[in-house]
Amino acid sequence: MKSDRGDIELAGVCKSFDGATYVVDGVNLKIADGAYCCFIGPSGCGKTTILRMIAGHDDPTAGEIVIGGQNVVGLAPVQRRTAMMFQSYALFPHLTVRENIAFALRVRGQSKSDRLRAADAMIEKVRLTQFADRLPAQLSGGQQQRVALARAAITEPRVLLLDEPLSALDEQLRVQMRQELRRMQQELGITFIHVTHTQLEAIALADLVVVMEQGKIKQAGPAREVYAHPHDRYVAEFMGGQNVLSGRVEKVNGASFTLARAAPDGIEVPLRPRSAVSVGDKVDIAVRRDDVALVRPGRDLPPGCTTSLPSRVLAIEYQGYFVKVMLDTVPDDEFVAYVPEKTFFADPFAVGDVVMATWATGSALPLA
Amino acid sequence: MSAVLADMPKGDMSKTVAPATTKAIAPSMGGRPWTFYVLATLFAAYVIALYGPMFCIYILSFQDIRGGLVFPMKGHSLHWFVDLFTQVRTGDVKGSFDRSIKLAIIVTIITVVVSFLAGLGFRKRFRGDTFVFYMMIGSLVAPGLVLGLGTGLLFQALGLNASWYTSALGAQLSWTLPFGVLVMFAVMSRFNHVWEEAAYDLGASRWQSIRLVMIPVLAPGLVAVALFGFTLSYDEFARSLQTAGSMNTLPLEIWSMTLNVTSPSLYALGTVTTIVSFVVIGASLGTIVLIQKRRGSATKG
Repeated sequence: MKSDRGDIELAGVCKSFDGATYVVDGVNLKIADGAYCCFIGPSGCGKTTILRMIAGHDDPTAGEIVIGGQNVVGLAPVQRRTAMMFQSYALFPHLTVRENIAFALRVRGQSKSDRLRAADAMIEKVRLTQFADRLPAQLSGGQQQRVALARAAITEPRVLLLDEPLSALDEQLRVQMRQELRRMQQELGITFIHVTHTQLEAIALADLVVVMEQGKIKQAGPAREVYAHPHDRYVAEFMGGQNVLSGRVEKVNGASFTLARAAPDGIEVPLRPRSAVSVGDKVDIAVRRDDVALVRPGRDLPPGCTTSLPSRVLAIEYQGYFVKVMLDTVPDDEFVAYVPEKTFFADPFAVGDVVMATWATGSALPLA
Repeated sequence: MSAVLADMPKGDMSKTVAPATTKAIAPSMGGRPWTFYVLATLFAAYVIALYGPMFCIYILSFQDIRGGLVFPMKGHSLHWFVDLFTQVRTGDVKGSFDRSIKLAIIVTIITVVVSFLAGLGFRKRFRGDTFVFYMMIGSLVAPGLVLGLGTGLLFQALGLNASWYTSALGAQLSWTLPFGVLVMFAVMSRFNHVWEEAAYDLGASRWQSIRLVMIPVLAPGLVAVALFGFTLSYDEFARSLQTAGSMNTLPLEIWSMTLNVTSPSLYALGTVTTIVSFVVIGASLGTIVLIQKRRGSATKG
């Protein structure tokens, strides 16, 4: 029985091309019908392989892929009712925009007049009417992407798979096409799975962000959760926006513990609910870069701040609405404060200045 | 192949020199550096050396009945062309011409089909692919005359009659197939396999993906392979010499005429075969240009 639902379940999905190393290693994930899901990770982490397995271009070595309640392993893309948008779009160079979009209907044996009418309706949807008779080579990157989107959407898929769809575009266009992807997803009301290695793209678009490393899922959740509450050091560093510090637990005091550090009194960190640490454990913590405040030595700390780390300013970058201040707080590791522009220029620091880096105790986050 | 044609510099040579370079080499005559004139002279000498001998033949073929085999030119008429196709003593020109054309067409078809299939086969690596490749290329290295001789001997040993459509066909394919396959590999290297994947994703069967995507995309390359097959076969001599059997192909006929015909009809034959070659090459290039033009002009429709 065919279902129109586009919910996806990956159960124990593994993929090995050589039988020895696993590119995808035991992935379990549920994606709701009509969700916008982004897979993110460095190149070679297996995210594209997962996409290709959902699309039916690669078969999993083990595990099940269920779409709309039906195990689709072994089925062709058309039978799965998935459609893929390839990284460089893979538009057929010898066919016009209209013929490219009508291709799926042509191979199904639809009559020429029917399929061209359907294609024209789709062309209108992606606002390419005046380019219908052009060849792909005569279109800009953004227009090519729209053709690719229309060509995939005309098959009425339950799931649309996008392999780094924005990587071929320049920065400005990328932001614009990003919005267009989101608009199309809402218009079509189907599940989108989007592979990217750009953090900003993932959190701007996705309902569900899946962070991957070496074939495994590191964290999957809503964009804000993954960004603001990373599970571990890897996710915190990969998603960015966080400073990661590590140290040994010196003292456990009820709802918080103290991390031994160079700071005179250590760093006080609230405990995660339902987690325990004991004295002597090595623990990583994350502090958001925009939570870090910089105070000149000898001045009072802002209210709520108990920790302050003496640091030297290494570099300053003006970013517009904030100023990025790089500090030597942590040896051999980045420590950055995002200071609001107005705050910074009220009492600007210079490279080489000694400052105290501080943050509200409650905003430190212990990592797994 | 289409790429090679497309990449050929258009316009005059001076345009390929960057403006800055032109100024740097300066002692110029009318804006061109002296190197232009040296290279242009060299090129002219090359063209004369290349086409001069052929033009001697063409010019001498238009003499009248008093014509001889050497300059000076004696009158002008089409006498020797008429003589060529009417006189029996000049040999079976018409028959050998027919055979050569038919043979070239058969060779072309087989070369295109086999090269295309080999191109498909070699898209992915497989066990022993290097061995198969070198086996294919090997016959390019073998001297044509020896290969033809061997083919003739083999047919004799097997008790088969050598003829232009069996042994000569085989001997010629040993020459055209490796060439065709090499050209096809170059053509295929420009084919993006994601197109095939996209076709599959959109529901095309294997056959539909070949018919609707691969063949149209590769069409200019396939025409180039066909052109190679045809011209290599049409003027093949060494491999046909011992394998054509009792009926001559055109190059063999010309060769035997050089031994016993002492009239300008030999030159007339040279002119006719050249025209045929040019027509074939022109038609092929025209087809390629037409394919590309149709793709290019689809915008204005």
